[in-house]
Amino acid sequence: MSRGVRHYPGFGWMTVLCLVILYAPLIVVTVYSFNGSTSITTWGGFSLRWYVDVFTGPEAPRFKAAAWNSLTIALIAATVATAIATAAAVAMHRAGGFRGRSLTFALINLPLMVPEIVVAVATLIFFTMVGITTGYMTILIAHITFCIPFAYLPIAARLQGIDEGYEQAARDLYAGRGQAFFLVLLPLMLPGVISGYLLAFIISLDDFIITNFVKGAGMETLPTAIFGSVKQGIKPNIMAISTLMLAVSAVFVTLSYLVNRVGRKSP
Amino acid sequence: MAAVQDAVDIRNVTKRYGSFTALDGVSLGIADNEFFTLLGPSGCGKTTLLRMIAGFEEITQGEIRLFGDPIAGRDPNHRPVNTVFQHYALFPHMTVRDNVAFGLKMKGMDAASRRARAERMLEMVHLSAFADRMPAQLSGGQQQRVALARALAPEPRVLLLDEPLSALDLKLRQAMRVELKQLQEETGITFIFVTHDQEEALTMSDRIAVMSAGQVQQIGTAREIYEAPVNRFVADFIGETNLIEVEVTRVDGDRAEVVLPGGHRLTCPSASRTGGRHALSIRPERMSVVAEAGADMLAVVERVVYLGTDLQLMVRLEGGAEFHVRLQNSARIAVPEPGARIGLRIEDGAARLLAD
Repeated sequence: MSRGVRHYPGFGWMTVLCLVILYAPLIVVTVYSFNGSTSITTWGGFSLRWYVDVFTGPEAPRFKAAAWNSLTIALIAATVATAIATAAAVAMHRAGGFRGRSLTFALINLPLMVPEIVVAVATLIFFTMVGITTGYMTILIAHITFCIPFAYLPIAARLQGIDEGYEQAARDLYAGRGQAFFLVLLPLMLPGVISGYLLAFIISLDDFIITNFVKGAGMETLPTAIFGSVKQGIKPNIMAISTLMLAVSAVFVTLSYLVNRVGRKSP
Repeated sequence: MAAVQDAVDIRNVTKRYGSFTALDGVSLGIADNEFFTLLGPSGCGKTTLLRMIAGFEEITQGEIRLFGDPIAGRDPNHRPVNTVFQHYALFPHMTVRDNVAFGLKMKGMDAASRRARAERMLEMVHLSAFADRMPAQLSGGQQQRVALARALAPEPRVLLLDEPLSALDLKLRQAMRVELKQLQEETGITFIFVTHDQEEALTMSDRIAVMSAGQVQQIGTAREIYEAPVNRFVADFIGETNLIEVEVTRVDGDRAEVVLPGGHRLTCPSASRTGGRHALSIRPERMSVVAEAGADMLAVVERVVYLGTDLQLMVRLEGGAEFHVRLQNSARIAVPEPGARIGLRIEDGAARLLAD
């Protein structure tokens, strides 16, 4: 009889250690975002003042502009990346064998393994060489690019679980290629596609390194704006804005999980 | 040239996957309104042939014609055939009704007509009450019926069935056999049925093509392939048989004289035109136990197996070959004891000399 994981020596303290290292900083930031004092280390009672400050304080216009950029970039990048990733997944798993299939697979997934700083430098050099002025557009292009592999993974995983018989049945019942895709395959892939979209969205919203390289002067996304603000010292409003981002991420991750769970019920 | 055109005309079709030959020069004609079965063990190429007709496999060599038209290069959606898939492949995100109406929608039928037709098809398969369910809410047998209704709804000229009963339990399978045959007769559509189950093939088919190793071994009615198998494979695959090596002493047209173990001579129908050593197939249920004096062969009983409706005698012939005899379980027969010496009489037509 299995004794269960709890009975391994050291299970208790190892678990506590991991949880503390992973989550203590997040808890501290979240709790202190409700701090009434101007100090970031001493507790001055519960207050929402720093949340009010985020939306109305001296840095509010800067944060608002940055948040708007982040949001629109994440929406567009996730949409385009998901469309490309879906097409790539179908090509990889439904087009049969083709020359360079393994190479294509490596090319799609390589960005996950290349150090981000290298991609950031390379992307900046590329934009400079081609002569594109850095700004909103360059951030968007870069985000679309690095979001593709993240969108691809859940989509491809889902697609691999779908029997080819469904599309064949559709084709057999007089559906053209496009109809078989849009009426049968895509609806069956949908949980994977949504999951990929949410993941791409979060990755884009969250990105700092590449964005910081290719954003150009005067253009900020939320992460670069926060970083810029922190360089002049950490103020409690940063904790409030971080907590807000944390909440948005949590909502998306939960959605992604739920979508996947619903999807798994149907074959 | 026959006056009636074949529904499906398969001419010398070969399919290779790399160095593996799945189909090797298969030719056969399937008549309109026929219930035609491709029967063979897994890997014999029967499903490949079916998928070629449906348009899911390319033809390496040869030609397939549907009602006279060559279909190579036509996409599956441009062929007047529909398929009932082995695992049904019902669209899980659509209701039963939408599944059945899918082909009609693709053909451009208006919403009201296709709804009416879907209802009619569901009525035909006794599932009217389930139209609004999702496929996952149905039992295997019900899903199978939906798959049938879906494939028949667009009125294909040929219906392809890829082992559709294999996922059902025995009772349901037996009921579906009758239902399928009735459906075929009612609709008048040509059915091409793929199966590895010889009983299924025998009960439903107008004609059967027995396949093995990518080749058609024999084509004929159930009776023909059961009673007049051409070779060892067919004799052994269809039903139960005894195969014994015999010496052919004389060939006369389609009959031959052979020497049975023990020395008696027997004249029987023959698939062979040559002398020498050949296999003789003797069906175990076409034997009777007789006194040694009037027997064709002598044997010692080794074991008696009780099978309910039948008794199976496992005996050893003179010369050492194992042999099976099936007797109907009846109060009128005297069941021999193990160890007893018995005489065996081969009924007329029970034995057939094979080509190999």
